Amino acid sequence: MNEPNPTREIEFEVNGTTFRRAVEPRRLLSDFLRHDLGLTGTHVGCEHGVCGACTILLDGQAIRSCLLFAVQIDGAHLTTVEGMTPEPAAPMHPLQQAFQRHHGLQCGFCTPGFLMTLLPFLEENPDPTEDEVRHAISGNLCRCTGYQHIVDAVLGWARERAAAAAEGEGREPTP
Amino acid sequence: MSEDRRVLGRRTPRNEDPRLLTGRALFVDDVQRPGMVHVAFVRSPHAHARLGAIDASAALQMPGVLGVYTADDLGDYWQPGPLLVPPPPVSGMEFHERTQVPLARDKVRHVGEPVALVVAESRYLAEDAVEQIFVDYEPLPAVVDLVAALEPDAARVHDDLDSNLAAFVPQSRGDYAAARAEAHLVLARTFDYDRGASAAIENRGVVAEWDPREDRLTIWDTTQAPIPVRNGLAAMLGLSEHQVHLIAPFIGGGFGPKIMMFYPEEVLIPWLALQLGVPVKWIEDRSENFYATTQERGQIHEAEIAVDTEGRILGVRDRFLHDTGAYDPYGLTVPLNSQCTLLGPYRIPAYDSEMRAVFTNKTIVTPYRGAGRQHGVFVIERLLDLVARELDLDPFEVRRRNFLQPEDFPVDQTIIYQDFQPLVYDSGNYEPLLDQARQRIGWDQFLESEQPNARAEGRLLGIGVVAYVEGTGIGPFEGARVQIQTSGRVTVVTGVGTQGQGHYTVLAQIAAEQLAVPVTSVDVITGDTDQFHWGTGTFASRGAVVAGNAVHAAAVEVRAKTLAIAARLLEVTEDELELVDSEVRVVSDPTRSMALGTLAAEANPMRGAVTPGTEPGLEATRYFGPHRGATASGAHAMVLEVDPETYDVTIHRYVVVHDCGRILNPLIVDGQVHGGVAQGIGNCFYEELVYDENGQLMNASLMDFLLPTSLDVPRVEVGHEETVSPLNELGTKGAGEAGAIPTGALFAQALENALDLPGLEILQIPLNPSKLWHLVQRARAAHTSAG
Repeated sequence: MNEPNPTREIEFEVNGTTFRRAVEPRRLLSDFLRHDLGLTGTHVGCEHGVCGACTILLDGQAIRSCLLFAVQIDGAHLTTVEGMTPEPAAPMHPLQQAFQRHHGLQCGFCTPGFLMTLLPFLEENPDPTEDEVRHAISGNLCRCTGYQHIVDAVLGWARERAAAAAEGEGREPTP
Repeated sequence: MSEDRRVLGRRTPRNEDPRLLTGRALFVDDVQRPGMVHVAFVRSPHAHARLGAIDASAALQMPGVLGVYTADDLGDYWQPGPLLVPPPPVSGMEFHERTQVPLARDKVRHVGEPVALVVAESRYLAEDAVEQIFVDYEPLPAVVDLVAALEPDAARVHDDLDSNLAAFVPQSRGDYAAARAEAHLVLARTFDYDRGASAAIENRGVVAEWDPREDRLTIWDTTQAPIPVRNGLAAMLGLSEHQVHLIAPFIGGGFGPKIMMFYPEEVLIPWLALQLGVPVKWIEDRSENFYATTQERGQIHEAEIAVDTEGRILGVRDRFLHDTGAYDPYGLTVPLNSQCTLLGPYRIPAYDSEMRAVFTNKTIVTPYRGAGRQHGVFVIERLLDLVARELDLDPFEVRRRNFLQPEDFPVDQTIIYQDFQPLVYDSGNYEPLLDQARQRIGWDQFLESEQPNARAEGRLLGIGVVAYVEGTGIGPFEGARVQIQTSGRVTVVTGVGTQGQGHYTVLAQIAAEQLAVPVTSVDVITGDTDQFHWGTGTFASRGAVVAGNAVHAAAVEVRAKTLAIAARLLEVTEDELELVDSEVRVVSDPTRSMALGTLAAEANPMRGAVTPGTEPGLEATRYFGPHRGATASGAHAMVLEVDPETYDVTIHRYVVVHDCGRILNPLIVDGQVHGGVAQGIGNCFYEELVYDENGQLMNASLMDFLLPTSLDVPRVEVGHEETVSPLNELGTKGAGEAGAIPTGALFAQALENALDLPGLEILQIPLNPSKLWHLVQRARAAHTSAG
């Protein structure tokens, strides 16, 4: 116990940048991202995998970064909320814009986790029903919004995207 | 003007969102300082125990451990926390002040009370060391049950008191005994409304750093009250207020428990930063949050209502117990809210209420969204439903017959409210709320076809409607400074903290309307004591009312200064000018104009003299202190379904018709209502803090304390009425808590309607499928044996 904890070298990619770091085997991925890499957009709400605030993408899949150790990401490609809009001055990702338009966030603490959960879901299911959206986000807790405006944001963006696609193909957009 | 330039009342998206959405907002746990050290706490595993020796010798040998502190190490700094709210000026009142201490000494009084702390190079190492600190506890019988707590042989939470009674507050008006004597019907019941946790997704946290070159302490704190915390910590630490810079950055949900001030951790981390000379950080984990962050709600009411043959209320009598937990630093705000809000939107000629606050060996109780109002609403609404059942009235009619009428306002209820002013309703018009709720929920059609059709299929559908009032926007004051920058952007600075309510937008709208700039050109700065010096905090649904009216007053003054300087420079009179599109122009000749930024520069000359009697810049600071709170109101209605096999409940429709006076931003008000309803639903059917007889919390994790998810919270339809408040220029009332207040009463009524069992009375919250099943079995058994 009194020996300093050994570290292990890992190499991985976050938001398109490759990192090599030595980490203690017990260091949580959420702590590693936030405090070692300074990617504080990923938030920690419960540290037992229930609230979903720490959700990130690991090789394209939504995972809870508080339930993994940093050593487990050796060789992996991660995306965090900072990766959605890499340039602060650039327009936000359309899903983020929809969240703003529909007031899909209040305190904003849980929001990065919702966005990360929704990205792969909407890739698989670009035109979801309300029920499908509610199931998709049912593992993320929000204490402020009652979820309604989050659902509205997702459905609103899906509708707009479908309308834009239809317009692109020369058809009339559906209202 | 050619187009509608109104800014207030529009569904304006929020200024703060891009920062939050892109992960660039600063929350307290995001603060990293060079050389920062970390704290973990040793917390009592017992609800009630004598504290013996604390052996930290093994911990102190561990790598990375910098120190261990117990109560004895704090010297003179060890003091009970201040009483945040004194007892109300009510005759016959009794109050025993017992406030929390930074680290327990001699005795622990609830599970999770801090006993010692470890400072280490990392949080991981600090937690390792916590495991190696050995504390000698002598367990004592725990005071858990509210009724048993007051029995003569009960163990005592505070040894120096004669009993566990923390406070007694009698308030009455009219002659209840006479009302009862002449009543056609008197009904008495016991109502039990138990505890819950606010469970903000962000836990609490404090970071503190002492700068020896500046002799200044910077503190980042998850507080709803940055300025009072700054003032208090400066006094405790022997510093001047200007030496303490407190920042409440983005806060991940407050809901009340972050208005509790001088938590042990909040007092200890800044002290450690001064002692150690390095930055110190403590971030609460979820487990600590369940024990150490304040909770709310345990009350038991024995209430009685007396009505005439028409169901008109002659009087109400209430005797209630309020669980204040191990200490009572927040005074009696919560039970006073219960006592006052019970009167609701109704005419109650005689009211005889006695509140007893009780110490228990449980986590401290302070306000959490609704802050005791839901208990009062639950009691009066349930009593009215019982009256309706006895007299065969529908839920609308029994309420309508008792409503205060528009011509009754202002209504002086004569009892004392949480702001220590007599409870006076400023304005209101309640019948339209009920009418709109009835229409929106589809009441008549539900009873005519939807419910009978469902019954025929064996499905149990129920409907309900309730009404409520909410005291909001209380004093003492808030202030704001509005300034036009030379860039033409506008700065609004205020002292209220913000935890997601949209202050960066609503306060910007208020300034933008006066100064004719886009809302996105207004930068709101809040929660930083270096930016604004005076303030109270965000609580009691007061931000938009109190800070909002301060911003309004300051912006009106800046507008006047802007027109005055423009008139001088453009050589016209002020009434020939208009403020449009970020500039001042001559109405008759719009080519003659000056941009706001240019005027701001002209108002701050580098040479020459400022005209005597004027001030430099286009800036003004104003304060708003309402004489008393503004009373918001509303009606909620719902349709739910009970699964006859599992007793699980699904909510199909939920309607809120809300009157918060003039609406500043309907998008944000809707969001506040949705979120409040979600918390209300959680409170009714999902969340319950289960304490065993030893005072152990049995479900202290988000696995076991169930917050409602996107599958549990229905779509909420929101309707608005706007009865303006005469108490402030904007005519607005608070909206923050309305969603959460009447949900329990509504849920109970709709369940009774769905189950339709003679003798089934829902008199307790929270429920769950198992409790509901037991209530049904009991009602069936009673009915069978009676029949």
